[in-house]
Amino acid sequence: MQRIGVFVCWCGTNIAGTVDVVAVAEALKKEPGVVFSANYQYMCSQAGQDLIKAAVKEHNLTGIVVCSCSPRMHEATFRKTAAAAGLNPYMVEIANIREQCSWVHKDVPTGTEKAIILGKAAVAKVNLNVPLTPGESPVTKRALVIGGGIAGIQTALDIADAGFEVDIVEKKPTIGGKMAQLDKTFPTLDCAACILTPKMVDVAQNEKIRIFSYSEVTEVKGFVGNFDVTIKKKARYVKEELCTGCGACTEKCPMKKVPNDFNLNMDTKRAIYIPFAQAVPKVATIDADYCNMLKNGKCGVCSKVCAAGAIDYTQKDEFISEKYGAIVVATGFNPISMDKFDEFAYNQSKDVITSLEFERLTNAAGPTAGKLLRPSDGKHPEKIVFVQCVGSRCDACNEKGKEYCSKICCMYTAKHAMLTRDKYPDTDVTVFYIDVRTPGKNFDEFYRRAVEEYGVHYIKGMVGKVIPDGEKLIVQASDLIAGKQLKIDADLVVLAAAIEPDKSARPLATMLTASMDTNDFFTEAHPKLRPVESPTAGVFLSGACQGPKDIPETVAQAGAAASKVIGLLAKDKLTGNPCVAQSNEMMCNGCSTCERVCPYGAITYEDKEFRMPDRSTLIRRVASVNPAVCQGCGCCTVACPSGAMDLKGFASEQIIAEVDAICK
Amino acid sequence: MKFSYFPGCTLKNKAKDLDNYARKCAEVLGVTLEEIENWQCCGGVFTTAKDEVATKLSSVRILKDALKKEQALVTVCSACHNVVKQTNYAIQNDKEFAGKVNRYMAEDEYNGETQIYHYLELIRDVIGYDKVKECTVNPLTGKKIAAYYGCLLLRPNSVMRMDDPENPSIIEDLIRAIGAEAVVYPYRNECCGGYVRLEDAKLSDKKSNAVSESAKKAGADVIVTACPLCKYNLEKSGCEIPVVYITELLAEALGVKEDTNE
Repeated sequence: MQRIGVFVCWCGTNIAGTVDVVAVAEALKKEPGVVFSANYQYMCSQAGQDLIKAAVKEHNLTGIVVCSCSPRMHEATFRKTAAAAGLNPYMVEIANIREQCSWVHKDVPTGTEKAIILGKAAVAKVNLNVPLTPGESPVTKRALVIGGGIAGIQTALDIADAGFEVDIVEKKPTIGGKMAQLDKTFPTLDCAACILTPKMVDVAQNEKIRIFSYSEVTEVKGFVGNFDVTIKKKARYVKEELCTGCGACTEKCPMKKVPNDFNLNMDTKRAIYIPFAQAVPKVATIDADYCNMLKNGKCGVCSKVCAAGAIDYTQKDEFISEKYGAIVVATGFNPISMDKFDEFAYNQSKDVITSLEFERLTNAAGPTAGKLLRPSDGKHPEKIVFVQCVGSRCDACNEKGKEYCSKICCMYTAKHAMLTRDKYPDTDVTVFYIDVRTPGKNFDEFYRRAVEEYGVHYIKGMVGKVIPDGEKLIVQASDLIAGKQLKIDADLVVLAAAIEPDKSARPLATMLTASMDTNDFFTEAHPKLRPVESPTAGVFLSGACQGPKDIPETVAQAGAAASKVIGLLAKDKLTGNPCVAQSNEMMCNGCSTCERVCPYGAITYEDKEFRMPDRSTLIRRVASVNPAVCQGCGCCTVACPSGAMDLKGFASEQIIAEVDAICK
Repeated sequence: MKFSYFPGCTLKNKAKDLDNYARKCAEVLGVTLEEIENWQCCGGVFTTAKDEVATKLSSVRILKDALKKEQALVTVCSACHNVVKQTNYAIQNDKEFAGKVNRYMAEDEYNGETQIYHYLELIRDVIGYDKVKECTVNPLTGKKIAAYYGCLLLRPNSVMRMDDPENPSIIEDLIRAIGAEAVVYPYRNECCGGYVRLEDAKLSDKKSNAVSESAKKAGADVIVTACPLCKYNLEKSGCEIPVVYITELLAEALGVKEDTNE
């Protein structure tokens, strides 16, 4: 028989306001196994914990029930208290009488009655608890960063700075991501390339960092500290180690009509290309869809002009297996497609562009060498209309666009408007907005400068339609403050398209068993307290893959993710969770049901020799759980038809005892 | 192929051509439209007030009648189609509404089983443009035709599911199938002013003029529509080019148009 102590917490008035804590302590004292019961204002405080420790010693307690807040809040605290008092930490049970009781009930009798029931259930469970000891596993001291934008770059640099090896896997031929495509950055207007490219060079020169560019992660196995990852290095038909990045091939290639995705297809590149001058690695890549040599064997010009002999038309995709201790997801974002927004005539007129396209049009390295010219006729636009929230903050039943605010558009639109007025004072600039949202250091001041100093016309109201009318565009909109319908002419319309997670995020989340929200943003372990960790152990989040973010926030989060990774890699061994599944081999019939339902791949089968009563031996196939991989979800325990699977700490008989206690 | 057919009130007086030619063309294209017996007005406007049930009951009866005959329902007037389809959608998706409606029904329950086709959908999805091409005896080659959708035909998209409401092509595809040239112009899916004409004729004129001028500017000889109210408003506001029903034009191409010389 256990000797159980019950500790009822008031949580100030949080619990005591709706639960008669004294009555709860008294009632639970009468439960089987309970030898001591107390109540206290703040059980989690030092004094409260001391009370528990003293009681353990004085009454020789073997089990503890704390009636307090959610176990997510303080289970770890009270387990440590128990350990300090010499008890096995897994002999502690929490009865959640705050979130699941006092906070949801309004009157004391109901709250008290329920608190007692919850306490009884916890006592019934502790009566069946057994001491558990967590296992240990080693840590591979290398991190994988998936995505080589500013988020991935910053995370990799910070991890490397702490002395650990990092690999960056980037699907494009160069790292740099979206930031490399930007012209200036708000709110200080530094040139994006000037602050980004030195970091790219740092990555390239850092001995601890390896870049797998033009590569993708195709398989992830294992668990925290011990991930086995397969990386596909896509064939770029250029030997990376030989290519000097001289660019001779990109000038001589006769295939000139390849859409240039770096410039959002507003101009063309050659079939062999280096995305931009400061690309890292500065290595050419052949676009196999356009290369004549690869398509029909007729050309070979790049091979002839390459002094380094780096061209290799026979190159194949290469698969690399690596081990990692931690994985950081930094897959970033993309603007949404404007295909469902024909009211803005994006597909009907070349002079309706997205903000990212505008960014390339004003970038010195862009298709117009930084001159703001209309895509249709190359003329200077005299009237520009910016439309905010295109596809952001949409009604869910609208079936197009996103429900969330894309967060960065207000600021970059203010930036675009301001820079346009600064460079071309003759240009009339109007911005249509729903709200202007500028919370951030020096952000609102920036927006106000656009309005007050640069004379940008901000009109509250949405654009209903953009009508191509000869050389011009007619913008039909509402001015909510004046209460008027407007029709204004424009030479160029710029749409602040909503942003969404990169398409690669969803399959990656499946590989990592990392959770996502309905918008395909990765979910953090706790929205406030664990913002850079995924709920899956060993997987961390950096940048816009977790939610819309601007550059300052992305860099901050990238550093935070790196520090979490460093904290993990600094350990030599990881303590596991002992509440894992366990198979009773005598009952297991080897049916594979548990293996099929296990979301973590923790269950394997082995042929095991069993000694029979007649002293003969029998070989049977039985399930075996890898405790380091098992997350203790319990799927297998429910699925097992013979009842052989059980979860330590949450055994079937413990759960039934709880239910019985509640239903009594 | 037999379908239940609901013409609606306007098609029995002001918009006889829309009804008349819809039936004739259907026959040519191998489809029989069987008019529902004892039908009543669709209600004219689908009110979004959730507690408004009475005005939607006639639509339910129409849908139920088609279900009894185990036929899909065909409508041709944009307004009727909108009301009937929205009512059906509400029954399928709003249990409370469905419950209220069914309390008015004398016999079996109706739970949104009937499939509804607009005449244009019937041509696109059941008959097919190839069949239309095949049956065209008098191709309207060289004729520049502007499709006018108005608002009710395509919206709300989550219910109507006919075509992209901001960049539709269903009428243009039919125009091309009968050999004519489809004129695409920006105002083809804008509102004509609708019932606002009763209260503020000037506003309705402004809206209608924007449409007809946009079509004219794009080089159209004629505007086609499936909506009697759109046709009325465009003509009333002084549209300089003829406005005809899509079925009339189809009848001309299929060789079943009578020379009425009205």
